[in-house]
Amino acid sequence: MSRLSLRGLTKAYSKMVVVDHIDLTLNEGEFVSLLGPSGCGKTTTLRMIAGFVEPTDGTVEMGGKVISTPGSVLPPERRQMSMIFQSYAIWPNMTVAENVGFGLKLRNLPAAEVQRRVAEILEVVQMGHLHGRYPAELSGGQQQRVALARAIVVKPAVLLLDEPLSNLDANLREEMRFEIRRLHNEFRITTVYVTHDQAEAMATSDRIAVMHAGRIEQVDAPHLLYTKPKTRFVAGFIGRTNLLEAKLANGEIGFDGVAFQASQVDASLNGLSRPVLLSVRPQSIGLYRAQPASAAGRPVVPGIVTQRVFLGETWDYVVQPQSSCTKLRVTAPPLQVHEVGEAVWLEFDPHQMALVE
Amino acid sequence: MPDTAASLPEPVGETRGTRRLGLLGRLRHVEPVALVWLMLLLALLFLVVAPLAKLFAVSFETQGTGEFTLSNYVAAYGRARYVDALVNSLTLGLASATLSVALAVPMAWAVSRTDMPGKGLTWGVVMGAFVMPPYLGAVGWMLLAGPNSGAVNRFWRWATGAEGPLFNIFSFEGLALVIALHSFPLVFIFVKAALDLISSEMEDAANILGAGTWTTMRKVSLPLVWPAILGAFVVVFLETIALFGTPALIGIPARINVVTTQLWQFFEYPVRVEVAAAYAMPLLLITVGMIVAQKLFLARKGFVSQTGKGGERRPIKLGPWRWLLFTWCALVGLLSVVMPLGILVQASFAKAWGRGISLDNFTLRNYQHLIFEHEMALTSIWNTVWFSASAATMAVLIALLVAYIVQRRLVPFGDALGFLAMAPFVIPGIVMAIGFYAAYASPPVALYGTAAIIIFAFTARFLPIAYANSAAAVRTVHPEMEEAARILGSGRLHAIAHVTAPLLKRALLGGWLIVFIVATRELSAAIFLVGPRTRTMSVLLYDLSEAGNFEVLAAFGGLLLLITLVLVGIGMKLVGRDFMLRRT
Ligand SMILES: Nc1ncnc2c1ncn2[C@@H]1O[C@H](COP(=O)(O)OP(=O)(O)O)[C@@H](O)[C@H]1O
Ligand SMILES: [Mg+2]
Repeated sequence: MSRLSLRGLTKAYSKMVVVDHIDLTLNEGEFVSLLGPSGCGKTTTLRMIAGFVEPTDGTVEMGGKVISTPGSVLPPERRQMSMIFQSYAIWPNMTVAENVGFGLKLRNLPAAEVQRRVAEILEVVQMGHLHGRYPAELSGGQQQRVALARAIVVKPAVLLLDEPLSNLDANLREEMRFEIRRLHNEFRITTVYVTHDQAEAMATSDRIAVMHAGRIEQVDAPHLLYTKPKTRFVAGFIGRTNLLEAKLANGEIGFDGVAFQASQVDASLNGLSRPVLLSVRPQSIGLYRAQPASAAGRPVVPGIVTQRVFLGETWDYVVQPQSSCTKLRVTAPPLQVHEVGEAVWLEFDPHQMALVE
Repeated sequence: MPDTAASLPEPVGETRGTRRLGLLGRLRHVEPVALVWLMLLLALLFLVVAPLAKLFAVSFETQGTGEFTLSNYVAAYGRARYVDALVNSLTLGLASATLSVALAVPMAWAVSRTDMPGKGLTWGVVMGAFVMPPYLGAVGWMLLAGPNSGAVNRFWRWATGAEGPLFNIFSFEGLALVIALHSFPLVFIFVKAALDLISSEMEDAANILGAGTWTTMRKVSLPLVWPAILGAFVVVFLETIALFGTPALIGIPARINVVTTQLWQFFEYPVRVEVAAAYAMPLLLITVGMIVAQKLFLARKGFVSQTGKGGERRPIKLGPWRWLLFTWCALVGLLSVVMPLGILVQASFAKAWGRGISLDNFTLRNYQHLIFEHEMALTSIWNTVWFSASAATMAVLIALLVAYIVQRRLVPFGDALGFLAMAPFVIPGIVMAIGFYAAYASPPVALYGTAAIIIFAFTARFLPIAYANSAAAVRTVHPEMEEAARILGSGRLHAIAHVTAPLLKRALLGGWLIVFIVATRELSAAIFLVGPRTRTMSVLLYDLSEAGNFEVLAAFGGLLLLITLVLVGIGMKLVGRDFMLRRT
């Protein structure tokens, strides 16, 4: 059952459209990320879902009921949602327990019940021993846990998170990613998670909506975004890639003396002749000293190494296929060392390519 | 675990996909903030717009009939005496502002940039002069430098055998000096703040090119603080031309007529409020004009004030010169605080103040008279306290709501509210009082002689102080603090009450106290609006000075001083040592 739907959701400030006809549906208990570069409209979208911002067009629906539409916005306090803010927004004048119990008290629960549920959730986020502390006495990570506990304890219909980890240092960020996913596995709260960090989105989400300039470019499971990006932007934003101009003709795709069956890339591809754009991941290209034994459907071409960078976990080579001036990024394990100027062989795997717009 | 599907609010759209909601659906979503906004707008119209509009209208009305006329302006400027008063005001403003700058700039430089000893003492002097009600200094100087019996002049004649006085306070120079001795702290605060932003490296750069300490100060440090000096000069100038108490106490006996005292005379029976309104116009226009001009001038490139502290700061070593500077600071302290207060306290305990300090001249009779016998003294103290408390509460409440609405951009045209709340900043208190008198004293509102009209006038007059304070406070609370409460189910007003307000408490308390303290000493707005039962301490002090009993006057000044000290002490304790000196 769908819990939250955005339909044609749009926000414009004066003439500037910052969120542009977004459609997105979340299933009950689903964890979806809005991923995109800074300034693409993620926060605005999230704040429209929360009811802090009125849309210029389109609707937000929850459980089948319209809760936001131009001219009429159900106020945030009546949406049964929770939100975690980039600044944490932990109230400095209240203790940890008071912060966490705030939402429960508003629901008129008896004091004993509030206390029990606060204690319970603080245990879950491993903050039980600090319930009497004031926020100023907590580290960034601990404040984050308080914010999480405060948002989850009210059992919200939808949980919204706006770049919750961006103020933490790298190690803590990684730890909290898993913490957030763990809490989701435990409580199954329908969640919208805003981030500009793809690793964060990948680690936490069931699906990721990639946003660019106010639009959603693609919504898919993390591994599909990587292996089958649908647009040029997604291909470039999620991981690194080579974007190659190729030609589709007679059911075959060809570029730089390489040709293969179009059906290997995408079974549904129709046969119309036209130029196409291919995304080829650096990891999907094999790099060999000598010509490899050609496997079926895996084209092989000779090339020259023109640049190289050692990144620690991998080598990053730039290889120029003979008979063309295309430059391809290819990654190889640390032990596979090639000198600049060396002649090498490239092996392509069409199954790992994607056709992008 | 989410168990909220059942408890979701009523459907808002009738069916899925309904694009627009019915009227009922819309009404349900109207936030109370719209109502608050409307109330604030009405309050500001009442407090700020209506009195000014009425003042303007009345200046063109015939008394009694209300017909249009220009005769008020003719009456107001038709006599040389009235025009002279305007000239006197401007000259006095220039003189006091110049004197204040001369007194304060060396002090500010010494405290901010040098190794002068006694910096704490200098701060004390500035603070003392700043919190002292201006007319108390005036009373003190009347006792010190009256031509015949003034303590300084008697000492002078005794020491030199001269016939005439050393210095007659009842003169133009005396008036300017007394005003400057009260106004110089403003210059000090402005200039010190600017000097604090200059790094030693800027001065080193001049030193290394061969400039000595004095050249560096003149050529590098001073030019960098010119905007601050100019700003302070303008503020002192404007305060002086709007000042009523000191010119009334010293100017009237000396037959020096200025705009404010002339306005007061228009209010003597028969009250000619129409002429007063016309006569007040230049004061209003000059103030508005100068503040606008200053804003434009300071906004020009090259005069933007520095922000942030840059580089290392070392105090400049002055050698023996530092004692000269110290002497200067001590002298200013002596003239502005120690001597006037000393003589005030002495006189308040004296049977006859001219007889000096001796046991047979000591009495508690003056205080006893005020506290137990005087019909108005205690009433006026009580009036002052509750008028000021009410005004401070209203001003802070209105200012907080306006600042909040403006900064959170809750309504379109919110900035207009902010503008109205700041507008009284450019209106001299005395002009405001006449506006209130014109608008609300007579029927149909008929507030003359009531506490309400004074409280409203105080509220309007000090709204800008409260607003600047509240706006700064609201800025420090991240909007997400509140949003976090709202998304958890708290309405906007509930969130303000439970999250924002507690976070603002200290700052608001500070703002409240400042408004309260300045209101307790306000004279110019009060004197036009008090009735027989609503006299404030400041007005009563003025009445006592007219009665000419200096011992009782001094004792009442002593009471005022005591109350001020207690209030400032509370403020420092609660909000911090420099709470009245912060630039807001
Ligand atoms: N209140 C506002 N008024 C005008 N422009 C805004 C406002 N809020 C956001 N924007 C603009 O909308 C764009 C998207 O902002 P935001 O949603 O915060 O992006 P993100 O969260 O993806 O970084 C930005 O260009 C921002 O400047
Ligand atoms: Mg953002």
